[in-house]
Amino acid sequence: MKIKKTLLLIFYFFYSQITIAEIAIKNWKTSNGFNTFFVESHELPIIDININFDAGSAYDPEQKRGLANLTNHLMTLGSDNLSEDESADRFTDIGAILSNETDLDYARISLRSLSDKKLFNQAIEAFEGVISKPNFNPKVFEREKANLIALIKQQETEPEQIGERAFRKLLYPSHPYQNYEIGDLDSVNNITSDDVVNFYQNYFSANNGSIVIVGDLSKEEAKSLAEKLAAHFKKTQDRQIQIVNPTPGTQIQIDHPAAQAHLYFGAPIMKRNDPDFFPLYLGNYILGGGGFVSRLTNEIREKRGLVYSVYSYFMPHREAGPFQINLQTKKSQIDQAYSLVKKILNEFIEKGPTQQELDDAKTNMVGGFPLRLDSNKKIIEYISMMAVYNYPVDYIQQFSKNINQVSLEDIKDAFQRRLDMSKFSTVIVGKK
Amino acid sequence: MKKIFLLLFFYLNILSAQVSEYSLENGLKLIVNEDHRSQVVVSQVWYKAGSIDEVNGKTGVAHVLEHMMFKGTQTIKPGEFSEIIARVGGRENAFTGTDYTCYFQTLEQSNLELALKLEADRMQNLNLSKEEFNKEIKVVMEERRWRTDDKPEGMLNENFNALVFNSHPYGRPIVGWMSDLESMNYQDARDWYQDWYAPNNATVVISGDIDPKQAYKLVEKYFANIPKKILKERKPQIEAQQLGKRMIEVSAPSELVRLQMGYVVPTLNKLKPSNDRDAFALDVLANVLSGGPSSRLYKSLVKSGATVSALASYPLLSRGDKGTFEFLVAFKADQQKDEVQKIIQAEIQNILKNGVSNKELERVKAGAIAANVYEKDSMFYQGMIIGQLESMGYSYTIKDDYINQIKNVTSKDIQAVINKFFNDNNLNIAILNPKKV
Repeated sequence: MKIKKTLLLIFYFFYSQITIAEIAIKNWKTSNGFNTFFVESHELPIIDININFDAGSAYDPEQKRGLANLTNHLMTLGSDNLSEDESADRFTDIGAILSNETDLDYARISLRSLSDKKLFNQAIEAFEGVISKPNFNPKVFEREKANLIALIKQQETEPEQIGERAFRKLLYPSHPYQNYEIGDLDSVNNITSDDVVNFYQNYFSANNGSIVIVGDLSKEEAKSLAEKLAAHFKKTQDRQIQIVNPTPGTQIQIDHPAAQAHLYFGAPIMKRNDPDFFPLYLGNYILGGGGFVSRLTNEIREKRGLVYSVYSYFMPHREAGPFQINLQTKKSQIDQAYSLVKKILNEFIEKGPTQQELDDAKTNMVGGFPLRLDSNKKIIEYISMMAVYNYPVDYIQQFSKNINQVSLEDIKDAFQRRLDMSKFSTVIVGKK
Repeated sequence: MKKIFLLLFFYLNILSAQVSEYSLENGLKLIVNEDHRSQVVVSQVWYKAGSIDEVNGKTGVAHVLEHMMFKGTQTIKPGEFSEIIARVGGRENAFTGTDYTCYFQTLEQSNLELALKLEADRMQNLNLSKEEFNKEIKVVMEERRWRTDDKPEGMLNENFNALVFNSHPYGRPIVGWMSDLESMNYQDARDWYQDWYAPNNATVVISGDIDPKQAYKLVEKYFANIPKKILKERKPQIEAQQLGKRMIEVSAPSELVRLQMGYVVPTLNKLKPSNDRDAFALDVLANVLSGGPSSRLYKSLVKSGATVSALASYPLLSRGDKGTFEFLVAFKADQQKDEVQKIIQAEIQNILKNGVSNKELERVKAGAIAANVYEKDSMFYQGMIIGQLESMGYSYTIKDDYINQIKNVTSKDIQAVINKFFNDNNLNIAILNPKKV
């Protein structure tokens, strides 16, 4: 009898381990084409909304880098006929939170509010003002522009920022993915108040826009809400981000007085919706994405104590985003650390992972999947990514299957085809 | 008044989360916060051992030990703890503060037992070898270079704390002085482990999709046999009375000038927290001054263009009974340092003279009530509040009293705390002077 009981217990655990939290995602288009995702969740009296536009920094005009970010930011600083203070109070008076984010590909405006009908309606009214009637007050524009310039100047003294900026320029010498979201000193200086108004009118439009709603409301309510928000936008000209051309790879060093030197090593590799996404993603977990258990951390930190952090990642964008390895170590150790990085990556590309590594990576990805969706905040983040890049609605359901299908050979093959170290670029900040 | 009433009514309708408390005979405390929204559970082990418990010459040892806790036990190899957790899809890490050290794992709920088993093992069986220590101390020095030495705001903060607290241990950096790290050896870390890692100096907090009785059974199974220890005496280390305004300058590579300015103030009273009107008044004041885009400093410093950023903060809770009501602003080099200080002082004087408006108070209270609801979206954060309170010497139950306390704060209370604490004998100022790169 005892044995049976134990067995049952094991089965129970096994069973519950493979059930991935089922999240019912509803997906539809508003009448003017906004890709809309909705997850109903009544446990907490909260509603979250994200609106995404193809209005990221990759669409900045070359001489006016930083325009997308500045436009998105200014939208949150005054709407309708209200002053900046009055606009802000509309949210803070009722505990609602307005925020925004500008990525290379997209611009996002977010609202978090309590779901109580009266409070929520007030929040939505204010939110509609932000997205549809930003007033781009010239005084606010001048102040924020001056602040941005101060911030860029500050970044130009910080080794990590210096390195990241230089690295993007090497990877994307003639592509807008070299853009830094907050812009460059000269380019931000060039931006005028009219540029902001024009960018808002042309890029905050129904072209490939998306709306994601998560929380305490019904599907009917979400439908009419999405319709109402979407109605503020018209279609404008379609736009595309150009294809990324490979570069030969360049090595540079930048002096800095800091105690540590910072390494950036990589190349543009992977897109969203990339056919090699899963093998590359899983392979990177083993190489340098898996925190304490990755090869890079094990060899460079655990075995040798050379760094506090070393990691690698693919940052997929609509077009090829970077694969990069970063670390920082005291200056006298940078050559040793850099050699190790090259050796570890080279070996990984040549030989691929071991069966044990692959098995562990798979159980991590599959077993850890519920953790990616264990709060409303994480759900809206994840689904917004799906919305921006037009992922199929069953992506989450298919995730485990896609992971489990990847073989040792797939990873080796994908890394060998896609990662050519002879074309990698390197930035080291602070060698001297 | 209407809006706040609506919010309060709304708030009262939300059921508070189910929290259960247990203790084992060896002194270990278990607190379970139920959240069944997803099949995920967070397990946190909190030790009442932070930089506050360190002594001169051995600063940073609490944090170094945190690193060493991943280096294996009698049955687990170095790094294997992390491998086991990663294999089941868990996330794990640890952090050290002035008042505590916390180790945590987030897992699919059926893996909770695994995490507890591993935590119980390293609570008593840590294998702290010289070889592993000698490698890891180098990692910690790299961490210090990265976090503090190469970050102007990090250097400023370290110097500021050392200025404020002379005899109180909050004057020492959590990561430790570099020279202390250089002279630290594995025996120092061993001593620390022996002194503080004991069930009667720890709290286990489990937050998420778990039945509390089942959680108790598991904790009992793995932790009950760990013997309690006689803990070292903690000396009071009370700060000597400051005798006037203190000021320092720090020079580091930067473009912006930074001003860190703070009044030494008491944190929430532990014996009678619900009677401590001062602490809650200071808390509301911090939000009136810098709680988002409607706050006073945002208007008078950022919107006016005087500074690039402006923050005011008050540490409501601490084990060490003291903290700084702090102002942190960054501004362009051509701006007058004195001007910026004058604007802050004028704002304080203005409140002292005219009080704060009902509208402002309502707004701060509405924000606090909403934030209290939003926080429930994170089971990690829920666990964190409980663990912090317990490690600092409060009861976790006071978290449910917070909104009520905030609600009661009046303009007069705020004027009273300004009058009481905001004077030159509590004032400390540190300025970061930019050095060209």
